[in-house]
Amino acid sequence: MENFQALMQGFELALSMHNILYMILGVLLGIVVGVLPGLGGPNGVAILLPLTFGMDPTSAIILLSSIYWGALFGGAITSILFNIPGEAWSVATTFDGYPMAQQGRAGEALTAAFSASFIGAICGVLLITLVAPLVASFALRFGPAEFFAVYLLTFCSFIGMGRENRGKIGISLCIGFLLAAVGMDSISGDMRMTWGSGELMRGFDFLVVVIGLFGVSEILMTVEEGLEFKGKNARIQMTVVLKTWAQMPRHFVTLVRSCAVGMWMGVTPGGAIAASFMGYGLARRFSRNGRNFGKGEMEGVLAPETAAHAAGTSALLPMLSLGIPGSATAAVLLGGLMIWGLQPGPLLFVEQKDFVWGLIASMYLGNLAGLIIVLLTVPLFAAIMRVPFGMVAPLILMVCAIGAYTIANSIFDIWLMLGFGIVGYVFKKLDYPLAPMVLALVLGDRAEEAFRMAMLGSGGDVGVFAANGLVSTLIVLALTLLLWGPISDLLAKMRGKMATE
Amino acid sequence: MFRPAIALVALASGIGPVMAWEPTRPIEIVVPFSPGGASDQMARTIQGIIQKNSFTKAPIVVVNKPAAAGAEAMMDIKSSAGDPQKLLTTSTGVFLTPMTTKLDLAWTDYTPVAMLAEDAFALWVNAGAPYQSAQDFVEAAKASGAPLKVGGTGSKREDQLIALGVNKAAGINTIYIPHTGGGQASTQLAGQHLDATTNNPAEEVANWRGGATRPLCVFSAEALPYTEKVTEDESWHDIPTCASQGLDVQYQMLRGIFLPGGVTPEQQAYYVDLFTKVSETDEWKEYLERSALLPEFRAGEDFVTYLQGEEEKHRAMLSDAGFLVQ
Amino acid sequence: MTAMDSNEDFDEAVVRPAELDPEADVPGISRRTMEICISGVLVVLGAMVLVDSYGIGAGWSEGLGPESGYFPSRVGWIFLALSVLVLVQAIRRPSDEVFVTVPQLLQVVRVLVPLAVYVALIAPLGIYVASALFIAGFMMIVGGSRWVTVLATAILLPLLAFWVFELQFQVPLPKGPLETALGY
Repeated sequence: MENFQALMQGFELALSMHNILYMILGVLLGIVVGVLPGLGGPNGVAILLPLTFGMDPTSAIILLSSIYWGALFGGAITSILFNIPGEAWSVATTFDGYPMAQQGRAGEALTAAFSASFIGAICGVLLITLVAPLVASFALRFGPAEFFAVYLLTFCSFIGMGRENRGKIGISLCIGFLLAAVGMDSISGDMRMTWGSGELMRGFDFLVVVIGLFGVSEILMTVEEGLEFKGKNARIQMTVVLKTWAQMPRHFVTLVRSCAVGMWMGVTPGGAIAASFMGYGLARRFSRNGRNFGKGEMEGVLAPETAAHAAGTSALLPMLSLGIPGSATAAVLLGGLMIWGLQPGPLLFVEQKDFVWGLIASMYLGNLAGLIIVLLTVPLFAAIMRVPFGMVAPLILMVCAIGAYTIANSIFDIWLMLGFGIVGYVFKKLDYPLAPMVLALVLGDRAEEAFRMAMLGSGGDVGVFAANGLVSTLIVLALTLLLWGPISDLLAKMRGKMATE
Repeated sequence: MFRPAIALVALASGIGPVMAWEPTRPIEIVVPFSPGGASDQMARTIQGIIQKNSFTKAPIVVVNKPAAAGAEAMMDIKSSAGDPQKLLTTSTGVFLTPMTTKLDLAWTDYTPVAMLAEDAFALWVNAGAPYQSAQDFVEAAKASGAPLKVGGTGSKREDQLIALGVNKAAGINTIYIPHTGGGQASTQLAGQHLDATTNNPAEEVANWRGGATRPLCVFSAEALPYTEKVTEDESWHDIPTCASQGLDVQYQMLRGIFLPGGVTPEQQAYYVDLFTKVSETDEWKEYLERSALLPEFRAGEDFVTYLQGEEEKHRAMLSDAGFLVQ
Repeated sequence: MTAMDSNEDFDEAVVRPAELDPEADVPGISRRTMEICISGVLVVLGAMVLVDSYGIGAGWSEGLGPESGYFPSRVGWIFLALSVLVLVQAIRRPSDEVFVTVPQLLQVVRVLVPLAVYVALIAPLGIYVASALFIAGFMMIVGGSRWVTVLATAILLPLLAFWVFELQFQVPLPKGPLETALGY
């Protein structure tokens, strides 16, 4: 109850006129930052950070965290409209979001994505509000072996059954792992697969590869089929929001499942990226419409968005109470906290009550403000689909080039983006699935690092992966999910036999 | 393979009151680590101080280039020779990276501006661990069947050199486990997945204050100067030195600023002046105290001599450890 | 709705030319050829991965645990095996399907060439001037827009990008002689 009172005080603090203005300003800026791949959330927050030194810490953190919420919402826009995920956690949103946009259902997809983000974020904030100190210490139980088990679980929930040629799924996964390994190895400091090139030393950045594979290749596909966007005839009405909302209760189970996955992954340091893939993978496997995923199923947008945002929000919990940033944006916020003289860590909740509860209150309000603002922009963004291809395509390509460049200030990365655009075009036409490659690229090096650290610590004993209840449960769960396809087939067969007998 | 560089000549002749040059475009501070780390915090603190006090008209941008353990940032500064609007924040990595990789890099390719501080290291253990002194830790390491696990940042870097130094000085055999950042290592220590870390004070202070970890000793010649209480009853000054506990390992790391090579003496003098002003502000002093950094401002000849001495010291340490590549 | 207006002068270009229909009987590259080429390239890449991984050590090292080539070499073997499998499947498949027809390929090349020229121009001219040229070139190649529209788009979009990136967010992008002349 003490928490509840503190929260109410936090609301009073956050609801002052100038804090609300900061909130709206922050969300708007965040959307701009989220839509342009060259300006990730960390950029927006980092650039404004010095400007906030004069403000009181609570207002400053409200402004900055609103940029964060805005950027999270904005990331879904380009994923759905142009197949270009601005952040790693919106990749899974493209799988069904983009096909929906192509079918002229961009408004519906955007509404679904925004609403799902909101639901996920609110679940995350509720978690923080209710059980903050309790849950935070849970994150400490994760050592290298547990990390590896979480990544394995993510891979297994996503891979396993696919309609494509299994050889090609495997190849795609292997390419992702190998791309992730290129560059300097963080454990030994050795250069891997760079063939003496200074540019490759940095390794392949996820965003460069994804902008190429998804964004550029999509333009090439569109060009090949005639110079026109497929979603051109999108009907633009404000009622699309209400119609989409009317459909959402049908997917209640998916929403709940994704919230649970997201909150769990956010608190354990699995993170939003792993959560979005796992949310999508589980929905595909357990939903009645699972077979249609990838063809423009609304559930396929809801599942990853809810999970990613539940995780992204819950991840602020370890940041505040343990001082571990869950993402690059969170890391910049963390730096900001320190500059204001606030030391994140277990004592923040005790020593800086006003600040913490003001921040938590602003999470509720910032997300609500964000939802309202982005929903109002749905018709505007859906209208982009009606601008002629000849004008939009070069704009998209320019923004892609800027995005690829800004990651490492390197023109070589723009060439790489172009190269991956061609690879994506050829692979799509030959039915090599791209999603496993991206998943392995994002999580591959982390999984490898965790595996090697675990083995190094145990002196080469594989037993560390069954050393305690937590890690062995995770591993068993992962293997069950991997073999779920064959198992459920077997069960169905047995049931069928019983029925005929 | 010390190369006498143009930069040194430029430096010798460049100290003077001539303030002819001023930046016109935004100044970029390149940080060789990811956002949120110690280097990044220093760059952003400097950015804040310069902007708040209007020390320069040009805007300041912080750019993170964390890939390849900082080598990417060093390559970038090397290729920007002659660009006086780019700065590199650096630590001991400025010698370690060239010496432990096959990359064609050397600190003498850059123009040294100023050393801003020295960072200490300490031996940290979980708050619940039975060891009360460095000696207890050494005894435990000797008695333990499986080797104890010591965590730190990066491989073949400062943290690993210290861990190896401890092994050698105490005649024990611990395993070093590299992490991508000090914060990560600190969390692993708090979760008892490690037996100790060799983190900088700033990387552990949150967990120390929160009662999750505690320091056994600092690897410095004397105790840290800050006497204000950090936890309920201890200040940085209260941590004993490792040498006083019979573990004779000493190591401190520089934190400084470099310009690319090929800049003019006027440009260099401008930045020396700028950072002298920064180091005199109250905000900077507060920052040093909060991160338990030691105020060690050096510029000009003094800084170059210091760098040369440090380089030789590290060459010997790396060659002992078998990490020397070039 | 301004988007609607500019759509009017664009209608001719969106009519799908008959030769782009994949069902039509026109020459092209067969899918079988393409499958064989790609899986052949993958086999070579797999071999390269193995050479590199065993070169840096793929075993167990005292003090470092699994060496840096440990993980890539194991993935590399799986990759090589799967690539060979797909190659065999490709050789066995009947050569009926068309991967891409010549007119389709030309269409793709019409976009790919300006794109490559654009990327090549970024270093000497800076990204803003290169983008202006690219947008103008692309719109003219695709056709259907009035020259006023082309000119306005090609000038306004890079200017907008300059305002957002350089002035508002202070993200330094590659600049060329024009920006230097203007003092940026």
